Amino acid sequence: MVILNKERMQLVREIDVIPFRNRLKEMATKIGMGILNQTKLITAASELARNMLKYAQGGIVNIEVVSKGRENGIRLVFSDNGPGIADIKLAMKDGFSSGKSLGLGLPGTKRLVSEFNIESEVGKGTTVTVIKWKNG
Amino acid sequence: MEKIPILKLGKLLLVTIQVDLYDHLAESLEADLVHMINKTGAQGVLIDISAVSIIDSFMGRIIGNIATMSKVLDAETVVVGMQPAVAITLVELGLPLHGVLSALNVEKGMILLQEKIHLNDNGFATEVDGDT
Repeated sequence: MVILNKERMQLVREIDVIPFRNRLKEMATKIGMGILNQTKLITAASELARNMLKYAQGGIVNIEVVSKGRENGIRLVFSDNGPGIADIKLAMKDGFSSGKSLGLGLPGTKRLVSEFNIESEVGKGTTVTVIKWKNG
Repeated sequence: MEKIPILKLGKLLLVTIQVDLYDHLAESLEADLVHMINKTGAQGVLIDISAVSIIDSFMGRIIGNIATMSKVLDAETVVVGMQPAVAITLVELGLPLHGVLSALNVEKGMILLQEKIHLNDNGFATEVDGDT
């Protein structure tokens, strides 16, 4: 996989999500991603950004344009120094939530993207990586 | 602070969301709407989301809350103009918005609300007029 373009944004306040969503939309439009996949990607990003703000008081997101074979896509890497997730398996189960949300955050988000990966260490932080292929 | 305006149209309240929603804005809309229903005795709420390109689980939940709270205050809520991509995304996300009435556009939403309110008028003789 080749990284064609990379940007970094800080998400600290709730309002930071809006420029982040706008930038993501611009980049997705630029690679020719259709409106449905764009909507799925931005919705997933919105969920992940909210998690990061709620549980880790914010963090960093990398927005990358990536290419694999003939397929282009957007990769997002959310990293925070929050409390981490003790049981990722449980967090990925439909209906589970430790916060006040509906509990469809992580599994719902996973359904919206092409690739989803989560790594977390208690006390250190969490990194969530998602990829949405242009036609995926 | 930014606010989403709520317009009173007879027995209805009309909300057109023309900006990108974020959590705080959605929460204040929820509070404002419930307050307005209580103050005006409105029997219907029409929310136009045709300009909203992203609805995630939090905002979806707020829309659901508004519908439920309105119902408790004897008002019906209709959400109109949802973009197809938003509808597909919401269902895939796992938030099908059960219990929220919807219509394709403002016109159809109005008709739906009027039918609903009319039924209520016939069904209950003890209708309270908010103006008196």
